[in-house]
Amino acid sequence: MTRTAHWIHAWLLLLPSLVLLALFTHYPAVATLWQSFFSTAKGSRPSVFVGLDNYEQLVEDPIFWQALSNNFWYAFWTIPISIALAILMAVWVNRKIAGRGFLRLAYFTPTILPMIAVANIWLFFYTPEYGLLAKLLEPFGAGSQNWLGSKATALPAVMVVAIWKEAGFFMIFYLAALQSMSPHLAEAAAIEGASRWYFFRRVTFPLLMPTTLFVLINAVINAFRLVDHIVVMTRGGPDNATSLLLYYVYEIGFRFWDTAYAAALTVVLLVILGVAAIAQFFFLGRKVHYQ
Amino acid sequence: MSASLVYAPRGASHALETAGAWLLGLVWVLPLVYAFWTAFHPAEFSTRFALDAPLTLDNFVRAWEAAPFARYFVNTAILVTMVLAAQLVLVTLAAYAFARFEFPGRNVLFALVLVQLMIMPDVLIVENYRTMAFLGIRDTILAIGLPYMASAFGIFLLRQTFKTVPRELDEAARVEGCTPLQVLFKVYVPLARPTYLAYALVSVSYHWNNFLWPLIITNSVESRPVTVGLQVFSATDQGLDWSIITAATLLSTAPLLIAFLLFQRQFVQSFMRAGIR
Repeated sequence: MTRTAHWIHAWLLLLPSLVLLALFTHYPAVATLWQSFFSTAKGSRPSVFVGLDNYEQLVEDPIFWQALSNNFWYAFWTIPISIALAILMAVWVNRKIAGRGFLRLAYFTPTILPMIAVANIWLFFYTPEYGLLAKLLEPFGAGSQNWLGSKATALPAVMVVAIWKEAGFFMIFYLAALQSMSPHLAEAAAIEGASRWYFFRRVTFPLLMPTTLFVLINAVINAFRLVDHIVVMTRGGPDNATSLLLYYVYEIGFRFWDTAYAAALTVVLLVILGVAAIAQFFFLGRKVHYQ
Repeated sequence: MSASLVYAPRGASHALETAGAWLLGLVWVLPLVYAFWTAFHPAEFSTRFALDAPLTLDNFVRAWEAAPFARYFVNTAILVTMVLAAQLVLVTLAAYAFARFEFPGRNVLFALVLVQLMIMPDVLIVENYRTMAFLGIRDTILAIGLPYMASAFGIFLLRQTFKTVPRELDEAARVEGCTPLQVLFKVYVPLARPTYLAYALVSVSYHWNNFLWPLIITNSVESRPVTVGLQVFSATDQGLDWSIITAATLLSTAPLLIAFLLFQRQFVQSFMRAGIR
């Protein structure tokens, strides 16, 4: 086979995937940026070039800042807590423990359920007066607390759902990593007289680092990508207390149909994901090759 | 099991940790158990826990009758099959090119593919909606699946697997007179079967569960997948009680949940395999 024929074969193999990727990933990413410099067409008024107007609107939009800060705090709390719980779960179910099969199942099941179903279940769980949480807290006089309806507790209540759904997913990566660790490490450390906590802190945890970085990147993407539960549980309320960035994009773009402003908001989202990508390239890339 | 033998907790700390693991496990299943309780009991028992509460399937029957769930299930089944079939073909071809061909622009093209790992169609909803409107396929099952058919994740995963296939097998097949495509389907594809299974399970559960994009792009019973159908059902009819909504919720997840319970090991291993790269 000649070299050119070889090249043509390769390009033909790639063609279908690249066409679809170009149409639904590269083009829309660029078009989003382009559209963010135009106004939204309304009735007889066509879309015109407005420069940075949409970004000026964005800077002055308190709801945007609220959504951004909500998203930041959402990531700030859900990611470390899910990861810590995932490690704990993995360490527990990695050894002989009574009911290991049940525990693995219990931890992992939320992962395969659709977020929308999870949100429906938790919505009822949180219902004031009637929900299970209200029933459990009734003896303490907190039965009428409206967890999703008050500004102070709505975002934390939504975070709990995200943690519940994600910890079991991250657990399996840690479980896989733990199972691939050599038992000689522990034996050697025990002979040297290292305590269990010391062994975890100085040996196990550092060896789990590539897994942690992988999970971390995934968790960051998910924190900005997944807003299904917001649609079901709070619709961003009360008073935007649970509006996350992508949810706000959805609201602006598909409930108010201001697509130009939604494009500007999406650009912010893309920048955040881009930074995560660069972080992955620098940290994760190196660690994985290291293995 | 591995490292834990030497450092297995003993005595009091063992008991304490077992208790902790169980407490967490119980907290983790509580919402689900509660959902099952509500769905299988009459409405008056949905918040009253009595051991003699009668079991019933009535909630499921009423949910099934109140919304076109049968149609939603068909839509989801079509969606998931269509997306998976397209993905398997496209991903196989592209991964083969990246794994075993030298050609100009390979690294640039691979980088362009990997962009999708970070910037998923999930966040490009505004522009993709515009594209679907332009193509005139809004409110179709095809429009839900189209942005996901080329999968960077799948290409990456399969390329890794194809790279582990010994070159000798490839060359032997070529000596026998196989064309590149025949080599792909006779040598590479059969050897990558576990990766295909892993990818298929992850893909099916992802698209079964996907919600926001289908919510935006669909508008009718004929194209809505079951997740969107469930939301439309539980959000619009205010008169419904929780027992019925919970029954509908369990109903919509039942196929996936049952498959998971039956093939637990394969699911967990697939998710692991798909993640460790």
